[in-house]
Order: sequence, then C-alpha cells, then structure tokens
Amino acid sequence: MKTAVTRRDFVLGSAAAAGTLGLAGPRAFAAEPLKVGFVYVGPVGDFGWTHGHDMGRKAIEAHFGGQVKTTFVENVAEGPDAERVIRQLASSGHELIFSTSFGFMNPTLRVAKMFPKVKFEHATGYRTAPNVSVYNARFHEGRVVCGTIAGHVTKSGIAGYIGSFPIPEVVMGINAFTLAARKIRPDTKVKVVWVNSWYDPGKEGDAAKALIDQGADIMCQHTDSPAPLQVAEARGIHGFGQASDMKTFAPNAQLTAILDVWDGYYIQRTRDVLDRKWQSQSIWWGLKEGMVKMAPYGAAVPENVRQEAEAAREALVSGARHPFAGPIEDQKGVPRVAEGQSLSDKEIAAMDWYVEGVEA
Amino acid sequence: MSAETAVLVMLTVISAATPLLFAALGELVVEKSGVLNLGVEGMMLAGAVAGFAVTVSTGSAVLGIVCAALAGALMALIFGVLTLTLAANQVATGLALTIFGVGLSALLGAGFVGVPVAPLPKLAVPGLSDLAVIGPLLFAHDALVYLSILATAGIGWFLARTRAGMILRAVGESDESAHSIGYNVIRVRYLAVLFGGAMSGLAGAFLSLSHTPMWAEEMTAGRGWIALALVVFSSWRPGRVLLGAYLFGGVTILQLHAQGAGGLGIPAQVLSMLPYLATIAVLTIIAAGPWRGRLDAPACLGKLFRPPT
Amino acid sequence: MPFRIDRRREMSRGLLYLSPVLAVAMTVLTGFALFAALGQDPLPALYHFGISPLTTLYGVSELLVKAAPLITIAVGLAVGFRANVWNIGAEGQLTFGAIAAGVVALNFWGEEGGWILPLMCLAGVLGGMAYAAVPAFLKTRFGVNEILTSLMLTYVAALLLSALVFGPLKDPAGFNFPQSRMFTDSALLPIILAGTRLHFGAVAALMIAVAVWVLMTFTIVGFQLRVLGQAPAAARYAGFHGKRLIWICLLMSGGLAGLAGTFEIAGPIGQLIPAITPGYGFTAIIVAFLGRLHPLGIVLAGLVMALSYIGGENAQVEVGLPQAATGVFQGLLLFFLLASDFLVRYRVRLARRVTE
Repeated sequence: MKTAVTRRDFVLGSAAAAGTLGLAGPRAFAAEPLKVGFVYVGPVGDFGWTHGHDMGRKAIEAHFGGQVKTTFVENVAEGPDAERVIRQLASSGHELIFSTSFGFMNPTLRVAKMFPKVKFEHATGYRTAPNVSVYNARFHEGRVVCGTIAGHVTKSGIAGYIGSFPIPEVVMGINAFTLAARKIRPDTKVKVVWVNSWYDPGKEGDAAKALIDQGADIMCQHTDSPAPLQVAEARGIHGFGQASDMKTFAPNAQLTAILDVWDGYYIQRTRDVLDRKWQSQSIWWGLKEGMVKMAPYGAAVPENVRQEAEAAREALVSGARHPFAGPIEDQKGVPRVAEGQSLSDKEIAAMDWYVEGVEA
Repeated sequence: MSAETAVLVMLTVISAATPLLFAALGELVVEKSGVLNLGVEGMMLAGAVAGFAVTVSTGSAVLGIVCAALAGALMALIFGVLTLTLAANQVATGLALTIFGVGLSALLGAGFVGVPVAPLPKLAVPGLSDLAVIGPLLFAHDALVYLSILATAGIGWFLARTRAGMILRAVGESDESAHSIGYNVIRVRYLAVLFGGAMSGLAGAFLSLSHTPMWAEEMTAGRGWIALALVVFSSWRPGRVLLGAYLFGGVTILQLHAQGAGGLGIPAQVLSMLPYLATIAVLTIIAAGPWRGRLDAPACLGKLFRPPT
Repeated sequence: MPFRIDRRREMSRGLLYLSPVLAVAMTVLTGFALFAALGQDPLPALYHFGISPLTTLYGVSELLVKAAPLITIAVGLAVGFRANVWNIGAEGQLTFGAIAAGVVALNFWGEEGGWILPLMCLAGVLGGMAYAAVPAFLKTRFGVNEILTSLMLTYVAALLLSALVFGPLKDPAGFNFPQSRMFTDSALLPIILAGTRLHFGAVAALMIAVAVWVLMTFTIVGFQLRVLGQAPAAARYAGFHGKRLIWICLLMSGGLAGLAGTFEIAGPIGQLIPAITPGYGFTAIIVAFLGRLHPLGIVLAGLVMALSYIGGENAQVEVGLPQAATGVFQGLLLFFLLASDFLVRYRVRLARRVTE
C-alpha cells in the first residue's frame, strides 16, 4: 500500500528527528530546523478535512527538506484539551503553529498571549492578535462552479445537500450552490439534510439515500467522507467530491470536486517565518489564489457544460462574477440583495439565512 | 410515495439496521451466559478493518468476512482471558477493549484510507427477486443481510430449543448451580464471548464492505453502543433484537427523510434525537404494558465467577 | 494443570501495592516492543509518555486539571456501581448540568458578584440530577433498565447542547459560529496556581472523594448501599427501601457529573461550545473500576488515566508517535492493571506433581 509507506516514512523520519534534536533555540542557529506544529481536530486518516491539512504539512516537509521539521497532534477535541496541546507545541520549541479547526480559536489566542514569540495560524476563525493570523478558503466559490454544472445536469431539478452543522461556512456554500444552479435552471430545489457530524460515513450514506429517494439526482455534501458519492455511484446519479478528489470512490458519479489546497499558503507562511517576515494577517483565499481548486471534470459533464463551468470559474478568478450578486431573495421571499449590489465579505462570513430554492 | 420508493427506503433501513443486529445478537449470547462485554465498538472496528484489508489485499470478500469474524473473536479472546481466567472486572475490561480497538484498527488501517473496494455483491434469488415489491425487498440482498436474519432465527432456536442453549442460559442464570451440576462454566462463557466477538466482527465487516464500502478511522461512529442498548431493549430475546435494530434504523432514516422534506419547521438536532427517544419510549411501553414483568437480565450478568479448586 | 490457583481469604496487602507496579512494568515491556515495531526509539517514547509530563509544575497542574472531572464523576458512579445501579450516562448528565450552569452564567453576563459562581454550581448539580432523574423515574416506576435510558439520553443531551449554541445561546457578536459568549470574570473559577489552568475544581474533586468515602464508610445509607450491592436478598429482608436507594445513587452520580460539567465550562473552557467533554463521562466508568470503586482508589486511578491521555499527546508532540499507537498503549496499560488485580485476590502456586 502506497499510503502505508508514506505514513511509515513519516514515523521513521520524526523518530530520527527526535533523536538528533535538543531543545529548540532561537532562529539565529540556522543549522537547526524550524519546528512547525499542526493541531488537527480529526484523524489524519479521515480522507477529508484533516487529511487535506496533513497534505499541506507534507508539502512543507517536501519543499523545505532539512530546514523544517513538522509535528502534528491528531484527534484533538475542541474542548478543554486543545489549549494544553497547543501550549505543549509552543513550549517544545515550535515556532509556527497551525491550529486547523474553528473550535481551536479561543485556546489558540490564550496560548498566543503566553508565547508572544511563537507565530500562530488559526484556520476558519475571526479573531487575530499580533502573533495570531487567521486564514480560510472561499470554498463557496467552488460551489458556484458545482452549482453551474448541477443546473445543467439535473433532470429532476432537485439537488440533495448533506450538511454537517449550520455554521456560516456551510450555509454560504449551500446558498452559493443554489444561486448558481438556479441561474441555469430557475426551478432548481436544494434539499438539505443535516447529519450533525463532520464525519460519520454510515450516516452520510444514509442521508444520501434518503435524499435520492426524495427525488434528488445531484448529490452535494459538506461533510468529509466519500460515502455520499459512493451512494450516488451505486444509484446511478451524479455528485461532487468534498475536500479531496474522490474519483476513486465514484468514477462515474463525480462531476468534479472542490479541493482544499493548503500547500501554497503553508509553504509561504513557513517561508515568512524563516525569512523573519511573518506578520499577523487575516486572509480569505479562493480560486484566484489557488487555495480552492476544482478536480478534473468527470465524463458525465458534457462539453458545453464544461465550457460554461470553466467560464464561471474564470469569471470568479477575474472578479467579473461575484458569488452573491443581487438580486437575491431569501427563502421567505424577502429581498436581501438588490440588483447591482453584492454581499460584503463580512456579510458572507456571518450568513445565517437561506436563499430562495433551499429547503432546509 | 410510490411503491418503488417505499422499497428503496426499506432497503436503506435494512442496511442501517444490519450492523446493529449482528453486534446486538452477539452481545445477547454473551450476556445470556452471564458476561457483560462493553467492548463491542472496539471489536466492530477490528472486524471492519480486517474485513476491508483482507478483501482488498486478496480480492476475496468471503475471506475478508471470515477474517473479520476471526478478528472480532481475537479481540474477544483478550477480553475472555482477562475477565474469565484472570477474573478482572468486566465493565472496565470491556471499555478498555474499546480504547484498544479504536487505536489498533487505526494503526492497522492507516494504509487503507482512501482505497476503494467493490461492494458485496447482491445475491438475487432466481425467479423471486424479480417479483414486484417483495422481490427486491426480500430476495436481493447481499450475503451478510441474509446471514443476519438467519442468525436471529438460529440464535433464538439455539437458546430456546437446544441442550447447549439451555446450558448457556443455566450458566448465565446461576453459575454456582451450573458448576455444581458439572458444567464447565468458564468454558461455556469463553465460547459465548468468542461468538459475540465474531458477530461484532461481522457487524464491522458489513459497515466496511457493504454499508459504506471503505475504511475510515472510527467509522463505526458509536454503533457499538447502540447495539449494547438494543440488547437491553430486547429484554434478552433475539426476536426483539431484530425489532429493536429495525426500529432504531427505521426512525433514523425517517428523521433524515423528514429533514429532506423541509424539516417540518423542527430544528435538525431535535429530529436527530428521535431514534434515541423512540427507543426509550418503546421500551417504557413494553415495560409498563400488561405483559410486563419479564424484562429481567440474566441473574449472573457481569458477576465474577471462578470455579473453586 | 501445572498451576494451582486458590482464592485468598483476605486480599494480599503487599500485592495490593505491588501489583500496579508489576502492571506498569509489563506495560513498559510491551510498549517497548510495540514502539520498536513501529520504528520508534522506545526509550524516548516511553519517557515522554509516562515521565516527562510529571517533570514540571505546569505538567502536574495539567494532570490535575484533566483528572478532576474524571475523579468527580467516577466517585459518584462508584456509589451506584456498588449498589448495582448502572448509570452509563454520566456524559449526558455532565452536559445537561453544564447547560444549566451556562444558562446562569449567560443570564448574568457582565454582572459582578460572588454569588454567580455558587449559583452556577447549584444549577449544574440540579441540572445533572434532573437529567439522572429520568432513568431513576423510569427504573423505579416502570422497571426500565437504566443502562439503556441513561446511555440513550447521552446522545439527546449532546444534540440539545448543539441546538442551544446554534440557537438561543449563540454569541450575538460571534459571526453566527456555534458558541456562546465568553463568560465574564464572576462566572469563571479562580485559578489556584498563577500561569497554569489549575482551578478550584481540582481541589473540589479531592474534597468530594473524601466526603463520599466518609458517607460510604460511616453512614447508614452507605451501609445500606453496600449491602444492596453485595446481597440484594439480605437488603430486601432487612427492609431497605430499594427504590429510594436507586434514586439516591442516580441523583448523586448525576449531580456530581453536572458539577464536573460546571467546573469544565467555568474553568478551562470559559464558555458554552458544542463539544464540552472529550468523553469524560465514559472514561470515568473505567476510572471507577480501576479504583476498585473506592473513592481514594479512584483518585489514584483518575490520575493514572489522565496521565495516559496527556502522555499520549506528549508523545505525539515530542517523538511523533501516532495517536493510534497511544490508544493501543493506553489499552495495554488498562489490560495489565486490570489483570494484576488477580494476584491480589488469588494465590498462584506451582502444583506439586502427583506421583501415582
């Protein structure tokens, strides 16, 4: 197994590192590698969110070679344990720490206060500090591309959407998808089922079956396992992969997938620390910066649809298209965005309402 | 809802219920012998990873399923040695077994994350599977679904009608008397514990080979605990385990459908509570009803026994 | 049979203390083999797992922070387990207690006063009790098994907390993320040791353990509970109120779990979030039995269990030991500890060969 070998290599590598490393000193000793720590909310074997971040970590190792050593702690619960783990990383000589789940926000800030020289990067939060940056990806831009394809491919006009929790990130994804699909086919309905988990393959699969039985012929998900796509494949409908390319699980069903690509950002921020150029910032990158990418289109996407999807993607990259450009009405028919206007980043980031066409 | 859709919904329910059924049936036999093994979740994970890894590596699902049962039984053997031979506390050992199983399965399965596998083939009964409605509902499942139903009937028959089943129950009801009559209490319990482990292993294999054909860490997501609760729900009767598993699976799927249909204005979290609340409600009705009284657990459940030497 | 095994008339005092040492030695040996098989250098891995967390004051303080909820809950559960009352749902009672305490904290958000914390504790205890009252009622009124009801209600409590922090208790300035406001100072537990997270809850856990030990050893209720567990028939004969004792067990364990939940949100967490407990209610069950259902044994067991978690994190950070390996290692430690009890209660001798 290929993955087994890579994991094994890592284990061996870090053991060797532990043997040769003493306590970390200041950056001035260039001979000593920079230690970069990662805090994961799930197991690296989830094939979803945490897996994606771990790919980013491996990209750092590959890019910097002996200059950098990485460490990760997986399955860290978003409760009282998080602060201890982050502090443990900070006090054991890690100079750059990525905490990769929203629930780590307050623990990260608390530890950051105690370790002003350590740089922290918190994913998906909103609070910064002099030594805490926040970063997130505009996954909803990818949803626009998916929605465009869905509007063309659906026959029943019903798309199923499996949600984890109704946090803004998920809500904005549902809305962006729905708006894009209805632009192509105005009567599209998006049925949402919440599974109250980021990761429960069995339940995600069951939710997919329930949605298909209610007429959905497009499957979209904001949960981490490939189970919904597997169901789509078995039932002969189509869908979109989440976080990584899930084509191996659904060779016919996957139309495309939204890929989380953290490599570039992680490498850049590591470079910044090495060059002593790191500064606190708050970034929200999307298709343009390559933090969100689309997987190759599947065979079920016809040539003309493929062109339209590409056009949508390019328009998002160039800024010609805004995912939430008016006119937009919400579920109850109340106008939310006027013609010619679009939502600000701040409004998108706190989104807690659904656009017309969403059944949630 | 058309008949075809209704059939599809039923198939989803069957698929959701089958792992619960396997694990709960196994635990029922264990508990009938007077042993409480709370390590179902850990044994299921061992079965899930073994079944998946062997199927992928050898290409033989049959071998995979056999190995899943063996892996579950092997985990159960650890439990047996500790609790039966070394007289360790059963509750604590079972919980420790779960921690161990979660870790071990993740360690062994690391190389199989993201690897696809063909789902178990459906074994259609020629002639019957083409019948309308009942064809797909009854005669077009994969081998494990049939096996789970057969196991329900088989265990029911075994416990009620066979001499060996009677001995097993005697050991669970009164270990001292069973011992004094000359039955080997420890041996009977070992066999029951191993059987329970094998059944949990099959439950795991169903998850990783049929329900969602993949391996992912902690993919059982708490189903082992539900299975334990279902044994209590069933008042230690195999038929009621079947009922309980299908009820729980049914309400789970029902609430997903309710959400898809617009949620009826009820928050998703509240709908998700339904399977748990329904299980409590049904058991309370059974307990409070006119047929009450026969809910009792095996008398020696969870108690230590060592033969006097 | 080459060995003879006899039950000891009395527990062996010497082995009572020696057996855990033996268990740890066995775990170290097995761990050595396990880590070596994983390509790790076993010595540093074992050092970071079991020793380095104890070498600093901060490390010890974290150990106490982690052990406090485990001990508080396990002490309560053990009372019930002794009387054969199987509360498996402390996790849910912890959650419900935390919700009750959190509602108090948020209701008086921004207000100052020394009465807020005690009120939160009261609400937490009552919340935990109320949640445990459901299985108690169903058990005593209808004979419904408390294992099933308390376990199922755990899932319900988690979903309820989720619904609340996504809804009415959501931080109004929190960009619609699922968490409450951060509690203000009057709703936060005082820190005992500056620079650490060591809070009053750790002291409370020890006080509770002692109090329950006194209750079980010196009071008539304690005596009745012990008899109920060891000889139910005798208890009936003596006219003990079985139902009343069931209520006492469940309310006590529920209340303590609720208090543990209160300490968690008023201590290390400082707000209501969807995941306030990493399975403390379930881990406490192991702790209760590992401590042989004795309050003072539970204190030790809670510390050992907490060390195994913190050591696991430590080994991941320091030597990159995968988390799965720490789970296996933790399982082994528990297996050996449980097995070593055998030596305390039984005598193993080489059987003399019988010559015919």
